[in-house]
Amino acid sequence: MNQPAPKLPVSLAANPKLSSWLKISAQGQVTVSPGKVEIGQGIVTALAQIAADELDIDISRVQMVRASTDASPNEGVTSGSLSVQQSGRAMRHACAEVRQIFLQAASERLGVAIDALDVEDGTISGPGNVTTSYWELAEEVSLDRDATPDIKPKLTARRALAGHSVQRIDIPDKVFARPRFIHDWALPEMLHGRVLRPENARAKLTGLKEDGARAIAGLVAVVRDGSFAGVVSETEHGAEAALQALRKGATWSDGEPLPDESDLAAFLKTQPSESTVIDKRTAPSPRASTRTIRQQYTRPYIAHASIAPSCAMAQWRGDRVHVWTHSQGVYLLRADLALVLKLPAENITVEHLEGAGCYGHNAADDVALDAALLAKAAGGRPVRVQWSREGEMSNSPFGAAMAIEIEADLDAQGDIVDWRHSIWSNGHAARPGRAAQPALLAGFELEAPFPRTISTNPPQANGGGGDRNAIPLYDLPSWHIESHRLTTMPIRTSALRTLGAQGNVFAIESILDEIAAERGEDPVAFRLRHLGDERAKDVIRAVAKRAKWKPERQPGVGYGIAFARYKNTGAYCAVVAEIEGAEDISVRKLTLAVDVGEAINPDGVINQIEGGAIQATSWVLKERVRFDRQRITSNSWTEYPILRFSEVPDIEVELIQRSETDPVGAGEAAHGPVTAAIANAVFDALGVRVRHLPFTRDSLIAAMEKTS
Amino acid sequence: MPSVRFRLNGVETDVDADPDRSLLDILRGQLGMTGPHFGCGAGECGACNVMIGDRAVAACDVPLWSVAGKDITTPEGLGSAEQPHPLQRAFIAEQALQCGYCVSGILMSAAALLKRNPAPTSREVKEALDGNLCRCGSHNRMVRAVLRAADEMGAR
Repeated sequence: MNQPAPKLPVSLAANPKLSSWLKISAQGQVTVSPGKVEIGQGIVTALAQIAADELDIDISRVQMVRASTDASPNEGVTSGSLSVQQSGRAMRHACAEVRQIFLQAASERLGVAIDALDVEDGTISGPGNVTTSYWELAEEVSLDRDATPDIKPKLTARRALAGHSVQRIDIPDKVFARPRFIHDWALPEMLHGRVLRPENARAKLTGLKEDGARAIAGLVAVVRDGSFAGVVSETEHGAEAALQALRKGATWSDGEPLPDESDLAAFLKTQPSESTVIDKRTAPSPRASTRTIRQQYTRPYIAHASIAPSCAMAQWRGDRVHVWTHSQGVYLLRADLALVLKLPAENITVEHLEGAGCYGHNAADDVALDAALLAKAAGGRPVRVQWSREGEMSNSPFGAAMAIEIEADLDAQGDIVDWRHSIWSNGHAARPGRAAQPALLAGFELEAPFPRTISTNPPQANGGGGDRNAIPLYDLPSWHIESHRLTTMPIRTSALRTLGAQGNVFAIESILDEIAAERGEDPVAFRLRHLGDERAKDVIRAVAKRAKWKPERQPGVGYGIAFARYKNTGAYCAVVAEIEGAEDISVRKLTLAVDVGEAINPDGVINQIEGGAIQATSWVLKERVRFDRQRITSNSWTEYPILRFSEVPDIEVELIQRSETDPVGAGEAAHGPVTAAIANAVFDALGVRVRHLPFTRDSLIAAMEKTS
Repeated sequence: MPSVRFRLNGVETDVDADPDRSLLDILRGQLGMTGPHFGCGAGECGACNVMIGDRAVAACDVPLWSVAGKDITTPEGLGSAEQPHPLQRAFIAEQALQCGYCVSGILMSAAALLKRNPAPTSREVKEALDGNLCRCGSHNRMVRAVLRAADEMGAR
């Protein structure tokens, strides 16, 4: 039997040169350059752990370099809970090979066979007390060579750091208020810019009186190109004042109408769309059905609502521009900047700086183009642009609204014999750098505008978009899964944590709960009976045990369970929700069991799961982008409330560590199951099925009226 | 331009600026203090909280004139890596953040709480932090960190 030839990890195959991943200095430092970026998820620490482990060095020697198109490997976008999976594997392999290269050099220098050498914190020693080190050999060993596939990283048991909760390396700066966020950086001679955007959706700038803005102290330039307009000032305060003055001098067209927010399902289901059969399973011998349960579930548009508004800096030198950004993908942003600025990509450097929490494709890329456009008028000085809270909440892309319909055919025993799942939604991805046209906001506003991007869905092989997690993991005899992607897009949507998975898991896990309840079957037993995957069963059993399923019901208090494996290929997560319900729902406790394979940094994984669970609770109880027919109206924290400290549930996480299994990400595992577990707990407490997010007082009343 | 004088992290400070400008604008734009973070500009998120005397307030919502003669503490004045405040030690020990953008304001709210109530309950901590928004969902860790700091301060 032929063994398949070993392959390089994907990110390393795309960027094989070892020196692009790490460099070793004679001074005893190792600089590590991943292509993935820190977006608040702790990835930089997990990658440092992997590098230190594989090289046998103390983690304090590792210096992590921020991604930049000038030097870093191109790892696409930091998204989809893939950073540990992709960058981690590449890093592990690259470091293992570098270790091997150094051992080879040491072996030659010391005249000792490689197998007889040991490495401890970079010092290489062999029999008879012969020693050298990475640092001694650094000058003579070149890493400007391509990685080879035959290298075998260390066995799990020999790793000292992976699997341990190393403290995150970025946290001290943030706790001691040292400038680390892009918002807090100051470049020499830096100017400040602000961009003028219409209140009404897609209104065009028809007139602009600039005198008011020009009269403001410190003004450097007023910039206008079609409907794109902005100001540049010596100070941030001056830029704000000039923007206000410019707004007074602006006249706009009416804009384009928005849908009726009170009936999103009707809107989604009547728009032109492109239909795709996502998956189909046919039963070898179909069983007769006696009845059909058919339910519709909806979720509204959801805002990223990061605590910081998006920010960027840009500086031109001749026909070259340097952009500082908190984008998730420096190379992808560069590709779109090249299209808009009509420059070769080599003339553009895009460098990452940390922003506030990033939960998907937010306005980071948009503001980077804003900065590049305004900086053209700055005579070579850098310009920093920051969006307003209102702009952030109305002009960033949103997570797409969804309508989901499931029809389950049941036999006389109430068992499922056929299953149909249909989704109506805009696409869930319109990221930059993926198409022949740019996907950046200002690009749509220029005098010679680029067409507005209509969001698409990644293919199922990459986890799907609106259809993410729509294929049941349960062993049902037959099914038909269909996705209708809108080909119009009055409200701009793109990737938000989990894409369609939150909606689909909510729908699947809700209707299963309903079917189990009608059969009088315990929902845990029902799920276990329909699952073949032991890891799936393990998280369900673990969460049931941890939450003492099923606790005694008390008046007004209910318990619900739900499960999903993110993307059907990622992390397993099962949740038990305890809620208290009367006029409003409050979530008292969430218990979660999670399996991410090998957890490189267990506390980091738990932190991600807790955060995902709390954010999902916020989506479920509170969040809904609001609009009238002209404009987005939920443009402040008052109009778009999120969960507060006093409303946050207690959270317990049980991590099932599988150190021999490849690691997967944790950031998006909890959202879907938490959503459904809360819905199922509402039924347990109040006897009413809530099928429309968010579960506010109004939606509860509507659901109760429908039931009675 | 009239001058406004106050104490900033223990240092007497004079500012020549329009007295109607916000304290946040002055701290960040004129005094180079980047600890207080801009989040909303409307006093709704707490990212720019500072302490004025013993109270945590949103610096974006405070006009410069109103702080004349006051004692202002920003996150920079809370402690340093060399001499950390117990809250800073506790936030590191509990790994009590994800992105950390809201943390500087939360440290201010927590520090103000511990001044007026050195032994708060978990519920009291949550109430004190209710004006601070966190989007990453690190709330429970932050509450644990504040309780841990209170314990440490009480034990001294």
